[in-house]
Amino acid sequence: MFPIEKHHMATSIEDAVRALAEDETSQVIAGGTDVLIRLHEGHGDYRNLVDINKLDELREIRMDEEGNVLIGALASFTEILEHDVIRKHVPVIGESVNTVGGPQVRNRGTMGGNICNGAVSADSACAALVHEVDLVIQSPEGERVESIIGFHTGPGRVSLKQGDLLKHFRVRPGNYKGFGASYYKYAMREAMDIATIGCAAAVKLNGEKIGELRLAYTVSAPTPIRCAGAEEVAKGKPLTQETLAEIAKAVEADVRPRTSWRASMEFRLHVIRTLAQRVTRQAAERAGGTF
Amino acid sequence: MQKQTISLTVNDKKFTLDIDVRQSLADVLRKQGFTSVKQGCGVGECGACTVLVDDMAVDSCIYLAVWADNKKVRTTEGECRNGKLSPVQQAYVDAGAVQCGFCTPGLVMTTTSFLERNRDRKVTREEIRTGHAGNLCRCTGYETIVKAVEKIVDVAEEE
Ligand code: FES
Ligand code: FES
Repeated sequence: MFPIEKHHMATSIEDAVRALAEDETSQVIAGGTDVLIRLHEGHGDYRNLVDINKLDELREIRMDEEGNVLIGALASFTEILEHDVIRKHVPVIGESVNTVGGPQVRNRGTMGGNICNGAVSADSACAALVHEVDLVIQSPEGERVESIIGFHTGPGRVSLKQGDLLKHFRVRPGNYKGFGASYYKYAMREAMDIATIGCAAAVKLNGEKIGELRLAYTVSAPTPIRCAGAEEVAKGKPLTQETLAEIAKAVEADVRPRTSWRASMEFRLHVIRTLAQRVTRQAAERAGGTF
Repeated sequence: MQKQTISLTVNDKKFTLDIDVRQSLADVLRKQGFTSVKQGCGVGECGACTVLVDDMAVDSCIYLAVWADNKKVRTTEGECRNGKLSPVQQAYVDAGAVQCGFCTPGLVMTTTSFLERNRDRKVTREEIRTGHAGNLCRCTGYETIVKAVEKIVDVAEEE
């Protein structure tokens, strides 16, 4: 049995927010693929749970009247990757969540949990960063919107406060229209593994040139990051091998990989440089460009 | 500790159970005699505990029993009808995909859902492999398992 001390099945968003605000030891449980494992390992931090599994309104994936793509915090990875709106408008989000675990874990795990648990290896984080998704958050004070840019505040930390509940992700049209995007997960095994390095790029072309590059990494710094330096270098450059090499060079200054049992710092840097080229190229090709 | 009453169907049979909120669905199913549900790792790595909840494969070791309230659960016990193995189970037997058998109930459920979700299309060997990546087997080396699955799905020619 899991060492749960308190379990509250939330009956509405307001009820969940109230329960979370009331008790500072409480934590949200969604798909459970992370929280239950931590409990199984005897983690003390997750003994008091506010369960949002009955809140079906948080499961919704759709496009609203303004063309924003909305992804409910409780939508499973499988629901996301199979959804037509995702496939059509933000396919890179589906591609990245398809790399999480195996089918059973994808059937339960949620993008809400993947982002809110602050994991530096979160497969959905790169795609979220290049599409600059907004997080629509409910708190006792009301609703607020935060950008994914800056949402990760440190290793395993995000800018959520006690009483905050993520309702959904929102991708504004300006952040997906006209972009081609791609994600690559470098891991030791092809499935059921945690990323050694994850990389996503989104490219908007300006004629034959790169109008805008957005490049993001996981496990390349203390938090998932965007690469301002490499993005600046790419601006206005033609689609050539030289441009890709320049991006790969510039990216070194944007990242701060470290040595762990999974890989050394040097090897990570090598993967980071290689992926900068490969992923940027594929994103540009998907935007309609040719090299 | 917090008790709760849940109603669910397991293999088409109705159950109303008083459970402890700390229990996993695997715990509860095994207690009810569905011992095909194996607990291997307990952390969502091995898939030995795979069951279908509303026809979706889940690791029942990391699925709270309270979540099964009002849901339809399927385990490999329920897949045989009138003493006859299901096509998936029969394929595992025919392909020799069962050695010690510990992984088999979970794998059978993963294949069952894989088959149901890919009914109207051809699948590649690669898709069979990734579709079963959440199930570990320490005996077979997977080759016979892939062969078993190939017997019952429509396999696409590899380019
Ligand atoms: S026992 Fe559930 S996945 Fe291993
Ligand atoms: S047959 Fe022994 S673990 Fe698969």
